[in-house]
Amino acid sequence: MNGHPAFSVERSTRTSRIGSVIGAVLLLVLISVPFWGGRAEMRFIVEVCYYLALAQMWNLLAGYAGLVSVGQQAFVGFGGYMLFVLSIFLGLNPLLALVLAGVLSAAVAVPTALVVFRLRGAYFAIGTWVMAEVYRLLFAQVSALGGGSGKSLPVAIVKSIAASRSLREMTVYWVGLAVAVAAVGLVYAVLRSRHGLALTAIRDSERASESVGVENFKTKLWVYIVAAFGTGMVGALIFLEKLRISPDAGFNLLDWTANVIFIVVIGGIGTIEGPFIGVLVFFLLRELFADLGSWYLILLGAVAVVIMLKAPQGIWGLIAERYNIHLFPVHRRLLLSKDDKIPGED
Amino acid sequence: MEWVSTIIQGVLLGGLYALFATGLSLIFGVMRLVNIAHGDLIVLAAFVSLAVVSGLGLDPLMSLVIVIPVMAAFGYILQRGLLNYTLGNNILPPLLVTFGLSIILENVLLEIFSADSQRLLAGGLETASLALPGGLAVGTFPVMIFVSAVAVIACLQFMLYRTALGRVFRATSDDQQTAQLMGIDNRHVFALAMAVALAIVAVAGVFMAIRTNFDPSVGPARLIYAFEAVIIGGLGNPWGTLAGGVILGVSQAIGAKINPGWQILAGHIVFLVVLVVRPRGLFEKVQDL
Repeated sequence: MNGHPAFSVERSTRTSRIGSVIGAVLLLVLISVPFWGGRAEMRFIVEVCYYLALAQMWNLLAGYAGLVSVGQQAFVGFGGYMLFVLSIFLGLNPLLALVLAGVLSAAVAVPTALVVFRLRGAYFAIGTWVMAEVYRLLFAQVSALGGGSGKSLPVAIVKSIAASRSLREMTVYWVGLAVAVAAVGLVYAVLRSRHGLALTAIRDSERASESVGVENFKTKLWVYIVAAFGTGMVGALIFLEKLRISPDAGFNLLDWTANVIFIVVIGGIGTIEGPFIGVLVFFLLRELFADLGSWYLILLGAVAVVIMLKAPQGIWGLIAERYNIHLFPVHRRLLLSKDDKIPGED
Repeated sequence: MEWVSTIIQGVLLGGLYALFATGLSLIFGVMRLVNIAHGDLIVLAAFVSLAVVSGLGLDPLMSLVIVIPVMAAFGYILQRGLLNYTLGNNILPPLLVTFGLSIILENVLLEIFSADSQRLLAGGLETASLALPGGLAVGTFPVMIFVSAVAVIACLQFMLYRTALGRVFRATSDDQQTAQLMGIDNRHVFALAMAVALAIVAVAGVFMAIRTNFDPSVGPARLIYAFEAVIIGGLGNPWGTLAGGVILGVSQAIGAKINPGWQILAGHIVFLVVLVVRPRGLFEKVQDL
């Protein structure tokens, strides 16, 4: 026995392998919904999908890069408007426009970041909010887009998605599902990459990560742009489903940021699984208490405040801690071969 | 002459923004807390005043006698019972808890007072005006607000630099741990700072309610104006905050003069320009508080 012991690095766990099988089956069931489900179910699932995708993006920003933005509605609205601009004025197919809306959101995130990155911590949060307000007010000035009252997607463009109404709804449904899967996949891929290692280090300690050579600024900028891409694409999806956009709907703080923050905080910030749990809780509470009007939001806010104070790791954090379950393992585990035990282990 | 009048009105509006901002800046100075619910607390003060005015038949300005202590007491309890538990090295809890609080406050007000637009009537004060040389006229009430803003900031400065309580605030701001070693109870000091901040918020809220229409949803915009005034003026400088408020008010007035749709946008753009050119504000002070 000389040199280092033989080892291998394990990046999955038994639960994650079982989980991925269950996930694949669930996904197949979801894909088949348009063939047996009703219109209301499909609409509901698309909504769940875009909230899940938004939550994943916000979680990547706040949970990993420490960039607590309360201005992500800037990119939801921008992406939504880009869908309308590209399909109405440039005649692009709405589905192509959806992807391009994400790309343009990422492009506009660069100058946005150069301004808001001058602020730190909580001031960064309010700065992103100001930027979202600036976008809202600017789009309200564009009369070609209907100014403050907004614009509907013309019938000809709606028909270009698919010939019949039911076919169009199926298409939007599958696109919604694809966007959610892509958002989860994107976050998972980012976190398993070298950047992910850097991000996890930043999450745990900014100063320590800097001292071992992580370029905090560059990594954060990169994450901000990735999140803008995803958020912009989700924005385009939302308004492809709604078929109408206005500055107040597109850049809505409550819908696209407050709800999303509540989802992530309740589910578990800084984990991929958290937003899944958060979305489930969010829609469950909404179905149960929707008729209560503003009391429902008061309740949601109160639950988030209590969780932040009493269990900041969220519901998933509590589960993972107690049972050591990781459905989306992003960490690396060192496995030594049996006869090469490190002294003192067992 | 029309432009001179526009600029004077902008300056006076800036006084109100400085009042919005002073409480926010004090809280940040003493305990490094950025209170996202700040704007909603201003609106809360306006509604408390509305309740007092309609319940007791008081004049809105007289209602300050009740609104100030009520808000101060609320601030003490809020800090002691909730916000103190969020303070620490992690920035997430204070940010997300005050964000949640903002949503809760707005919806509670919505539930109690409905979404109707409200206004406090101060017996003709809101429409009275003063004649200036050159045929100009300015509103009496905006002048009163501006003078009050100067007075509030002067009192706050006096309190911070000339009283025992101010010394405790500055000590805590400089070095929390050492202050604690000297026998200062942080939890109590933070709660007192929040009480002082919400007393100022009470003044700001009542003045806002007499000057303009308000409803439960206008809080976030007040937070943003307050924040912009603080950043333009430079952190930790109360007179800078007044200057920041004035710059913001004048930008908005000029923007509105060019095109009514540009009023708010012009203010935001001046803020962003300052942020890019002088990220630490125009009048940053070197020391804390």
